Amino acid sequence: MLKLTNIHTYYGNIHALKGIDIEVEEGEVISLIGANGAGKSTTLMTTCGIVPAKKGRIELNGEDITYLPPDEIVKKGICQVPEGRRIFPYLTVAENLDMGAFLRNDTEKIKQDLEYVYELFPILANRKNQAGGTLSGGEQQMLAISRALMSRPKILLLDEPSLGLAPIIVKQIFAIIGKINQENKTTIFIVEQNANLALKAAHRGYVMETGQITMTDTGANLLVNEDVKKAYLGI
Amino acid sequence: MRWISIGLGLAVTGVIGFFAVRELLIDPLYFFELFLGGLTRGSIYALIALGYTMVYGIIQLINFAHGEIYMIGAMTALIVASVLGLWGWNTAVIAILAFVFAIVYSCAYGFTVEKIAYKPLRHAPRLSALISAIGMSLFLQNYVMLAQTPEYLPFRTLIPDFHFWEPYAHIITSVELTIIITTVIVMILLGILIKFTRIGKAMRATAQDKVMAALLGINVNNVISATFVVGSATAAIGGVLIACHVGQINFFIGFLAGLKAFIAAVLGGIGSIPGAVLGSLVLGISESYFTGYFWSEYEDVFAFSILVLILIFRPSGILGKHDAQKV
Ligand SMILES: Nc1ncnc2c1ncn2[C@@H]1O[C@H](COP(=O)(O)OP(=O)(O)OP(=O)(O)O)[C@@H](O)[C@H]1O
Ligand SMILES: [Mg+2]
Repeated sequence: MLKLTNIHTYYGNIHALKGIDIEVEEGEVISLIGANGAGKSTTLMTTCGIVPAKKGRIELNGEDITYLPPDEIVKKGICQVPEGRRIFPYLTVAENLDMGAFLRNDTEKIKQDLEYVYELFPILANRKNQAGGTLSGGEQQMLAISRALMSRPKILLLDEPSLGLAPIIVKQIFAIIGKINQENKTTIFIVEQNANLALKAAHRGYVMETGQITMTDTGANLLVNEDVKKAYLGI
Repeated sequence: MRWISIGLGLAVTGVIGFFAVRELLIDPLYFFELFLGGLTRGSIYALIALGYTMVYGIIQLINFAHGEIYMIGAMTALIVASVLGLWGWNTAVIAILAFVFAIVYSCAYGFTVEKIAYKPLRHAPRLSALISAIGMSLFLQNYVMLAQTPEYLPFRTLIPDFHFWEPYAHIITSVELTIIITTVIVMILLGILIKFTRIGKAMRATAQDKVMAALLGINVNNVISATFVVGSATAAIGGVLIACHVGQINFFIGFLAGLKAFIAAVLGGIGSIPGAVLGSLVLGISESYFTGYFWSEYEDVFAFSILVLILIFRPSGILGKHDAQKV
């Protein structure tokens, strides 16, 4: 469904992605793990057109989207929940969700989807009229995921959804990510430092080091791989 | 620093309060007239200050060419009104067409200035864009001076003296009344635009986080253009209204008006829309009292002193949310 081929990305003269290949099939949950500064967030930002690739090709269902501007890419059905969640701090929870549906005009369906996300995260319904910036970290992550869902993405990109959250909230969020994948058949691409959780949740995984993909296998196999264990699972 | 500013604030408020009450008791009508004069002035500042504050809110740039957009609005109205006046058209039709043309021209200039002078510098250091803005301002002034004339041109007023208003016209003229009412209407429309329309929501989101806005499918370039266009439209309205009020204009009127509106925007808290309106009214009214009771020739010195005082004691302005970096 989503296919990155030999992607090179630069920040000025910093060569952040050095020719990476990633393929995500429809309906899959894929995890990309790697240390700080490996280039995980850059991979997502390049996919979304925020930091366009210098070289390589990105395809969505066979269509070349490498050099489309970000808003066109969202129209094609790719939505990202970025690192740090990036809630609009002065918009209310309801307005933040409304921004997720910015490109849609099917009012009835939007209403249904709104009910759906309030069902997934009931706390958001209670906080509807509160400014986004006043939510707790966990609530902001829930809001960020919900906001992305409001765009009805074909593929959802999640950048470190566990970042800075208590283990119990992380568990809850990963359970919901699984549920979204199963109930809506939404394809999911997770970037994580919490390798254990991410690989357990994923069908397949990729391991990234300093701008390159060094390993790829099923989530289960990577979990028992000696190198992965040593480097990312702390065993 | 904090205690000094609070103490100073109290002292100044006390002195001003004392004088205000005294003058109010001595000559209430004059006091009230000055208030209305200040409200009129403040309304014009507000129409211009909105453009500064909205652009700053979205791309953190002080658009120093904004005063020129206001001047171009007034110039366009003058040309349209003069030509149609020669042809002997009906005054009401002339007034409407003058406003429409002024708005369209100013919007076109505002839009183009952003595309030419700021968009290529979006990722350059801020100082580059600021210098580009000043360059744009000088260019537009000189362009209008060469294309038209350096002289003051008489502006035939587009707003007649209303009959029904005659009994009160000695307190506030029809033109002043029109200025205040128009400004109120523009503010209400702008509030609706920002709060409820699709483009307004996109503007608020973009002002808070451009990358996130783009990740949700908002075309950030279009939002920035729309912001320039909306700010130019309100500035054009201000330009035409002030021209009707003063009765003459030249290529240079945008300079001082632009600076004053900029001061008003900083006073209210640049980046904040209610702040720009509040700052404009406070500046307009206090200028009016200052010139009415003290020295009218120090009017501009007064405004710039206010700017210096805010930058020292409260750089985020009256309603500023955080200490945004200033020029
Ligand atoms: N805006 C930027 N300007 C310059 N260099 C950047 C920028 N963003 C990232 N980099 C560099 O690119 C490399 C990859 O960064 P990236 O943010 O993609 O890593 P990451 O894998 O997401 O790390 P983390 O786990 O810490 O989020 C790093 O060396 C980083 O310093
Ligand atoms: Mg990252």
